[in-house]
Amino acid sequence: MQDMLRRYGSSLTGAFVALVAFWLLVLVILPNLTLFEQSFRPYLPVVDVGGPKDTYSFNNYAKFLNNPVVWNLFGFEVTVPVHLKTFLSTVFFSGVVTFITFLLSYPLAYYLAKVVEPRSLPTLILLLFIPLWVSEALRAFAWYIILTFNGPLNAVLVGIGLLDKPVRWQNGVLTAYDAIVIGLVYTYVLFMLFPIYGSVQSLDRNQIEASEDLGAKWWQTHWRVILPHAKPGIASGCVMVFMLSAGSLLVPSVLPSTSSNWFTQTIQQWMLESQDWNTGAAYSFLYILLCTVVVALVMWLFKVKLSDIAK
Amino acid sequence: MHKTRNILFNVYMGAFLLYLFAPLAIMGGAAFNDNKLPSVYPWKGFTWRWFADLMNDQVMWTSFRNTILVALAVVVIAVPIGTAAAILINSITGRVRAVLYGVMVAPILMPGAVIGISTLLFWNQVSVPSGLHLSVLGQVSYIAAFVMLLVLARLQSFDPALEEAALDLGASHGQVLRRILLPHLTPALAAGGAIAFFQSIENFNVTLFTRGTSNTLTVYVFSKVRSGITPTINALALMLIVMTLVAATWYEIGRRRRARVEAAREAEGRRAAAAEEM
Repeated sequence: MQDMLRRYGSSLTGAFVALVAFWLLVLVILPNLTLFEQSFRPYLPVVDVGGPKDTYSFNNYAKFLNNPVVWNLFGFEVTVPVHLKTFLSTVFFSGVVTFITFLLSYPLAYYLAKVVEPRSLPTLILLLFIPLWVSEALRAFAWYIILTFNGPLNAVLVGIGLLDKPVRWQNGVLTAYDAIVIGLVYTYVLFMLFPIYGSVQSLDRNQIEASEDLGAKWWQTHWRVILPHAKPGIASGCVMVFMLSAGSLLVPSVLPSTSSNWFTQTIQQWMLESQDWNTGAAYSFLYILLCTVVVALVMWLFKVKLSDIAK
Repeated sequence: MHKTRNILFNVYMGAFLLYLFAPLAIMGGAAFNDNKLPSVYPWKGFTWRWFADLMNDQVMWTSFRNTILVALAVVVIAVPIGTAAAILINSITGRVRAVLYGVMVAPILMPGAVIGISTLLFWNQVSVPSGLHLSVLGQVSYIAAFVMLLVLARLQSFDPALEEAALDLGASHGQVLRRILLPHLTPALAAGGAIAFFQSIENFNVTLFTRGTSNTLTVYVFSKVRSGITPTINALALMLIVMTLVAATWYEIGRRRRARVEAAREAEGRRAAAAEEM
């Protein structure tokens, strides 16, 4: 701080501090405190706000546990509150998406970092970046077109004889969330690829060769040398993909099945359809808790720091 | 053994690129299908009709203008904030730095919907109605963090002694910033501006909750997809994809030319060195 004053003088330093204070206080901290405070207040008509009915309570959070429904889990029938079911499904399928994107990305990241000819690397990276510039809404929409009942996927699969009759992909073949998982994997796979590529790239090629010379099988080299080195990148990719998937509203809304429900859609219903901003705030706060738990869990599991993840 | 491995890898790379681009091609192709529903199958004949419809779609053009205006505003606010934050974090150490850094990067990890909702609630408390101005503020809250990270990375290669020298030679504080630090940061500032612009155009979650009744392109596309859609969206998508491809090709040609010049210069240098040794 002293150093800054000496270099830039009091007025410039003051301007820097003011900009940062505006950002962190007005744009980040105060809105989140408001969210927290509002989540404990009831949803009232404007005239009643501040009146005797406007008291703090956990009522908004209690709505999370209302409306039990029967949920068929791997053959067992359990009764859970409908919003808890949505919440758990969102967490579970976001995890599935994260896992699939990792499986797809790791070989490719290794290929880009260690196998491909360095000359063609910039062209490949540029090619991989192009889909990222196409809006998420449109990328989800592309899969909507592919998966529709009268769409090209069914036409091709029936045409080559793999299917006898067209399948309703959007309603799900394995689960009600098939189409959403397909859309999310497509939309976010590059957010897994690039961090892993970055961390594999920094590994010295000699270490891989040493491991091979010492007689390690290819999978041993990957398991014992490359994967441990790529850990920060993998952690970063997992956190990014999980957060983006769980927080996505576009993909689950564009590719829904009749019985799929994403937690962001529940929040959106409270906010924009019921206009009950207070319950919306309570649900948002639950979501922040989820994010904190996931980030903390990944940091603990992979033994990495926050500065390794957010790059 | 490495040969089969390389063939497998190349096949996988090709398949992955196909996986990335085929959906975009299918979506673009549907823009020419004379079918009320957007699809390439069944093919009912070639038409330019959807492009004509798109040109006449006033709501789409308003949304497009709004998107650009919001993105420009986000760049103008987020780049100075992110730069100031990077300079600040770079000049402090210890516990305060760790805490401040945590608060700064937290918005990147926060779901966009939550950012949108908290922004809406906070400004509603101080009687500011919702609208695109709130979308700008909500987007800045996390996009500034991207700029901060980029500028911070660039600051690592900065030599503070240059500033010392300038000060010793009688430069004012403003001159030190303008003539020494900012020129060094220019690549990071340009990259930060570009990322801020594209992040803002992409944004849906924050905008949806803060926009009031205005539309941006992503929100418009979303409402179209939900409420019966015509291939005008495909025409729009195809135009955006083509613009992206043109920009990418242009960049790639420039890069290759620079690489060639670089290689020629290196070869020249080697020849000169060899000549000197003789």
